Amino acid sequence: MEITQELLSDIVSSALKRGATEAEVIALETTDFSVDVRLGEIETLEESASRGLGLRVIYEGRQASASTSDIQSKSLEKLVADAVEMARLTSVDEAAVLPSRADLAGSTEVDLQLYDETIAALPTERKIEMAKAGENAARSFDPRITNSEGARCSTTLGRMLLVTSSGFVGEYRGTHCGLMVAPIARDGEQMQVGGWGDRQRWINKLDSPEEIGHEAARRALRKLGAHKTHTQEVPIVFDAAASGELLDSFFDAVSGESVFRHASFLVGRLNEVIAAPMLTIIDDGRLQGAVGSRPFDSEGLPTRRTVVVEDGVLRSYLLNTYTARKLGLHSTANATRGLTGAPGVGATNFFIAPGKYAEDEMIASVKNGFYVTEMIGFGFNPVTGDYSRGAAGQWIENGRLTSPIEEVTIAGNFRDMLRGIEMIGNNLRFRGNLAAPSLKINKMMVSGE
Amino acid sequence: MISPLTYFTENFNLTVADIEKLLAVALSRGGDYADLYFEYAVLSNLSLEEQLIKSANRAITQGVGVRVISGERTGYAYCDEINPEAIRTAALTAAHIANSTGATTPINVTAGQHKHDLYPVAHPASEEPLERKIEMLNRADQAARAYDRRIREVQASVIDEFKVILIATSEGLLIGDVQPLVRMNVSCIADDDGNLQAGRTGGGGRAGLDIFVGQRTPDQLAINAARQAIVQLDAIEAPAGAMEVVLGPGWPGILLHEAVGHGLESDFNRKGTSAFSGLIGQKVASELCTIVDDGTIEGRRGSLNIDDEGNPTSRTVLIENGILRGYLQDHLSAKLTKAQLTGNGRRESYQCLPMPRMTNTFMLSGQDAPQDIIASVKRGLYAVNFGGGQVDITNGKFVFSGSEAYLIEDGKITAPVKGATLIGHGPTSLTKVTAVGHDLALDQGVGLCGKNGQSVPVGVGLPTIKISEMTVGGTKG
Repeated sequence: MEITQELLSDIVSSALKRGATEAEVIALETTDFSVDVRLGEIETLEESASRGLGLRVIYEGRQASASTSDIQSKSLEKLVADAVEMARLTSVDEAAVLPSRADLAGSTEVDLQLYDETIAALPTERKIEMAKAGENAARSFDPRITNSEGARCSTTLGRMLLVTSSGFVGEYRGTHCGLMVAPIARDGEQMQVGGWGDRQRWINKLDSPEEIGHEAARRALRKLGAHKTHTQEVPIVFDAAASGELLDSFFDAVSGESVFRHASFLVGRLNEVIAAPMLTIIDDGRLQGAVGSRPFDSEGLPTRRTVVVEDGVLRSYLLNTYTARKLGLHSTANATRGLTGAPGVGATNFFIAPGKYAEDEMIASVKNGFYVTEMIGFGFNPVTGDYSRGAAGQWIENGRLTSPIEEVTIAGNFRDMLRGIEMIGNNLRFRGNLAAPSLKINKMMVSGE
Repeated sequence: MISPLTYFTENFNLTVADIEKLLAVALSRGGDYADLYFEYAVLSNLSLEEQLIKSANRAITQGVGVRVISGERTGYAYCDEINPEAIRTAALTAAHIANSTGATTPINVTAGQHKHDLYPVAHPASEEPLERKIEMLNRADQAARAYDRRIREVQASVIDEFKVILIATSEGLLIGDVQPLVRMNVSCIADDDGNLQAGRTGGGGRAGLDIFVGQRTPDQLAINAARQAIVQLDAIEAPAGAMEVVLGPGWPGILLHEAVGHGLESDFNRKGTSAFSGLIGQKVASELCTIVDDGTIEGRRGSLNIDDEGNPTSRTVLIENGILRGYLQDHLSAKLTKAQLTGNGRRESYQCLPMPRMTNTFMLSGQDAPQDIIASVKRGLYAVNFGGGQVDITNGKFVFSGSEAYLIEDGKITAPVKGATLIGHGPTSLTKVTAVGHDLALDQGVGLCGKNGQSVPVGVGLPTIKISEMTVGGTKG
């Protein structure tokens, strides 16, 4: 059976017929391909098409959902019956509503350049060549690159359809293409891996395999000889990749899901100064051809540009219909969902506006500090803002990078870290849907020996 | 009890002869090995917050994954529809990894028997009435709120999975399993005049709802979550620097999962990319440490009758009295390195390739009394609850993040401290284990392990142990 808007509309009708007050059906169809290459040989080749349907119903204020990867008519009948039956047993929740017709006003018929025909038509051989070229560039970069975790080239063709009982009908298609390279450098007994990659909607925007391979090799090589350092409080310069991880943590604190649950240190701080005045953070679902762009969110609301932090002032949380109602605000069209469950909140293209400094200038401004290029672990508590993670990078002495550092942690509280931002880099580049330039924070605790 | 073979043949109108033909199609371009992985799974989730049953969800996934191995190369494809035509298309796609045009050899499979029956469940949670789960959630909410009036938010959920799998291989294996899995989570936020703190716990296993008794009643789980949130209200800054660390029993076993477990998965070692590569027979921990991975413990979250390649799970000694003994194997790595299978080939679903993964990973009990271990520490950290952890396989650096920890001063547990990340180096951290308690405990059954984008349920366990030096990532220098 084909997945069509008519099929989705029929499921909505059938849910209403069974007693649902409101119904929303989402369908996702994807074709995934990936090739892993290691030491110049193909390691795995994966290729599949999959699809599924998800139904969310509201029955007199009670919400439930069901999904299936089997779209034969017998299974679809069961999907509707399951959802409606479960909705009779949940609690009345006044905030659980679909967006109204009025909310849905606004154009979702925009061409955001989400689909690259070249990716759709890319022959398997070409994808294998890209992975091989990326790995080869890394392996031939330096004799100390002695091993490899390999390289992966992947493509996704996706189609999303949404039909709701409040009258929304929409669909869009999109492509993604990614290339990741992970070479291993060795010096004596020490081995270090360096991972680097890029992901774009358009293949002509993707960094070349050579650029990715070389950067991956550089990132592995510069870790060789790494050691711990003494426990001390110092300024930190985060490279763009590490800054992106800070931004990812910050998202948790501005997501309406954390805010309405009082699980964010930013509760009640709208329109207050929360960060240094040079910090501006934006979520923009309408950037042309960008990875996180989409014409409408997972509830059918037209996407938009939301200024989250403007010159250090918290201007907006990121919200879906549910969290907006809980907070007495309007949705920012950040609803996101898979096939099952109520919509969550997700970023579209989420970024820190670039500043004026070259990263070199930022490093040069530090007398004794830490240039962080990798972080590991999950040590962020959005409720309190406490932050403590494993870190690796290079030490900065008198404005210059000196020796590589590993097996240390960096810790602080996000409230202080946001206010302590002293410099923002001019090096913003999206390698996915989230991007940040390099950041300098005045001080954090480095824990080591 | 459902027979997986009967389940798939009857519900999807397939025969054993069809399965044999499809395996032959998978090997039609050559290839050394092929397998089919049939899966039908129902995942249900019921959750409460703000004292409302806010959502009830049920997801049904089904499909077949086809794998073809040719030398060190693997081809993989899957289909969502379970019928011979769809599987045949996937098999032809996967077959492309091999490139000879040898004659097709007929394949015969024989239905195999289980070595284990680790989770016989009369009433899977997925078939229990929603009302019973709703009652559990309400009890948790009430217990947490009754524990302390400062508990402001309570979130609770019951998540269960019912999975039927069937594996057929070109080596003639035909074996299936019925895998129940249930988990209850409770998280609380305490609010003391604007000081907000969170606490969370959970429990579960391969069982029905009857597992929620003893220390795992909804009330007990909720009280534990509430207690953690309340403790954190008084937490002081965590210390920064290297110090003695005592880990409590149970869930702190996540240390082993990160410090040694991942590094001993055979795929990394076969490729020489792990910090543990080539260290078999060498000392990687103090002689007090014996660490095993055991997929055969009845009803545990990380246990399996067979792995996702159809092989029986086992108890594998990873480290024996400090000496590295073995790796965790899947089919491909065992074959390429001529090692014995250990039953650790696991995958998240039919959409994924199997890889070597842990099951339940823990350290055996030692001789020391836990209170003596704590009393022996002059200044250190006593950590009893953790969030997640992560490891860099290649350089061996690992972290795990504490969510409930206390200072030890002059042999006594004193103030609670804020969450902090602990960092160490896998091949050397455990050489600094200077005491091992006699109180081995396995975790309550909530672990989820991620690798290459695939998540699988796992267990961990630990007795109380002392590590003479570890870096604690607090803010107080």
